[in-house]
Amino acid sequence: MSTATTPTAAEAELAIQRKQAPVRSQGYWAGVFRRVRRDPVTIACAAILLLMLLAIVFAPLLAPHDPYQGSMIRRLRGIGTPNYPLGTDELGRDIVTRLLYGGRLSWFMGIVPVALAFVIGTTLGVTAGFVGGRVNMAIMRVTDVFYAFPSVLLAVAISGALGAGIFNAILSLTLVFVPQIIRVAESVTQGVRNLDFVEAARASGASGFTIVRVHVLGNVLGPIFVYATGLISVCMILSSGLSFLGLGTKPPEPEWGLMLNTLRTAIYVQPWVAVLPGACIFVTSICFNLLSDGLRQAMDVKG
Amino acid sequence: MILYLARRILYAVPIALAVGFVCFMLVQIAPGDPINAIVPPDAPADVVEQVRRDYGLDKPLPVQFGLWLSKVVVGDLGRSLATGRPVWADLRSAIGNTLMLAICASGLGFVLGCILGGLAGTFRGSAIDRGATGLAVAGVSVPHYWLGMVMVVIFSVQLNWLPAMGAGPGGSSDWGWDWDHIRHLVLPTITLSVIPMGIVTRTVRGIVAEIMNQEFITALRGKGLTRLGIFRHVVKNAAPNALAVMGLQLGYLMGGSILVETVFSWPGTGLLLNSAIFQRDLPVLQGTILVLAMFFVALNLLVDLVQTALDPRIKRA
Repeated sequence: MSTATTPTAAEAELAIQRKQAPVRSQGYWAGVFRRVRRDPVTIACAAILLLMLLAIVFAPLLAPHDPYQGSMIRRLRGIGTPNYPLGTDELGRDIVTRLLYGGRLSWFMGIVPVALAFVIGTTLGVTAGFVGGRVNMAIMRVTDVFYAFPSVLLAVAISGALGAGIFNAILSLTLVFVPQIIRVAESVTQGVRNLDFVEAARASGASGFTIVRVHVLGNVLGPIFVYATGLISVCMILSSGLSFLGLGTKPPEPEWGLMLNTLRTAIYVQPWVAVLPGACIFVTSICFNLLSDGLRQAMDVKG
Repeated sequence: MILYLARRILYAVPIALAVGFVCFMLVQIAPGDPINAIVPPDAPADVVEQVRRDYGLDKPLPVQFGLWLSKVVVGDLGRSLATGRPVWADLRSAIGNTLMLAICASGLGFVLGCILGGLAGTFRGSAIDRGATGLAVAGVSVPHYWLGMVMVVIFSVQLNWLPAMGAGPGGSSDWGWDWDHIRHLVLPTITLSVIPMGIVTRTVRGIVAEIMNQEFITALRGKGLTRLGIFRHVVKNAAPNALAVMGLQLGYLMGGSILVETVFSWPGTGLLLNSAIFQRDLPVLQGTILVLAMFFVALNLLVDLVQTALDPRIKRA
């Protein structure tokens, strides 16, 4: 036993800490950003989505034609037609223009229901998780009921009963996602609720509202947000699917799902033109999905 | 175990009732008078009043729910507005077709998902893993109704190998086990199997990776067990969870096949729902949703029970 020559475990620990101290002084978000920057897939997806967003925001500047103005003479032209690089649809409208304008509604209907569900679901879920008891019981049992429906079925059921329209589609999709976000919010809040710092805040006399605002929200919003970004992909597929069934957007409004539906009749004439709107949905949806996966890893969120 | 069984079944009863209530409310939230869901809009006023009394629609909502429930329990889902036929009659044949499509698709998705997920979990970080994970992400992100259209373009329009529509020759909706019928099943099955394939791949990859990291695998390897022997242990440990995911997927596909059925004109519940939406045929909409949701509730219960029975590690009471 040569304790005189070798440092004790505690001393070694201190030495290591001294060495690491300058490196550790980095914020949480800086770390997340650094990890995202090292992930080429996430960067690529973010870049594609940003380009798409710019393209649909500046659609009036970029679009070569009018999205509603068709022509009986030039219906269903193929890809590569002069002036109409991606062809024309069944009413002779330019596909490039319709895809650019269609992205606006598709993105809107892919993001708005998730955003609404994020706000409503987080409020209810954090309340359920933090208050507990009967409040938790009431909120979670109602959530269970909506969980008993497959999500596509629930969206179709509510939209189908309410009738077609953008507002009804958004309402039904929000209702589909609220229970899912409630479940996530409730479980992460449960995890945070009994941690020491919450206990300390309570002991120092903070009110329930203050504890939630200062101590709980900061710790649960991240995981809920990451979960919600993953839902955007699902929401985009579902909302376009509703339009595809004739339940969302109404013609002649350009929207990817609706375009796919009306072009379906043209599948034997211009098959590759007919599948273009779906390709847009696919690319957007897969990018949101990969972006969400990347964020999940960078933010080190479990589950 | 018995106690758990009883409690789990008891717990499913209020859920089923609440699901019934949501379906009942579908007609109530529909714009216009719910009476329009029963009588055609051009019926004379005295007939409308007569029907309103007969159906108890002049009574308070909870009483109406009770009346509706007592009919539903004995299989009376009302009559279709469009055809005048009982909803249950149309629904019965449609459910069979949807169930078959869902079983084939989830079976195919399960097998593919297990192979891909197993390989990815075993060889983590390799090219196989990246390929399988990429396929899984694509599988859950693809709008399957679009994939169906692409399949039709490739295999029906361009190559002319497989039929694009219907469940049998000449648009027949009765199933038979011959080549003509199976040919019609191929494209919808592949299209629909993409979602469970993606989800099962992700799940199995996670489970297998976790199991491979555990000490008993190292111990088995140290004992000199062959790869096949280790594989058997991994399967035994992964099976209950994988089967549970797969069971739920079957339920999701039953409810979610509406879009794919529309693309392929598959004569199932999805096509029924689609035409009900198109004609605003609320009794058919309500009945179909109710039956599919109840199926999902029952399946959830079954999956829970089977998982508990299969997995000796789960001790519930």
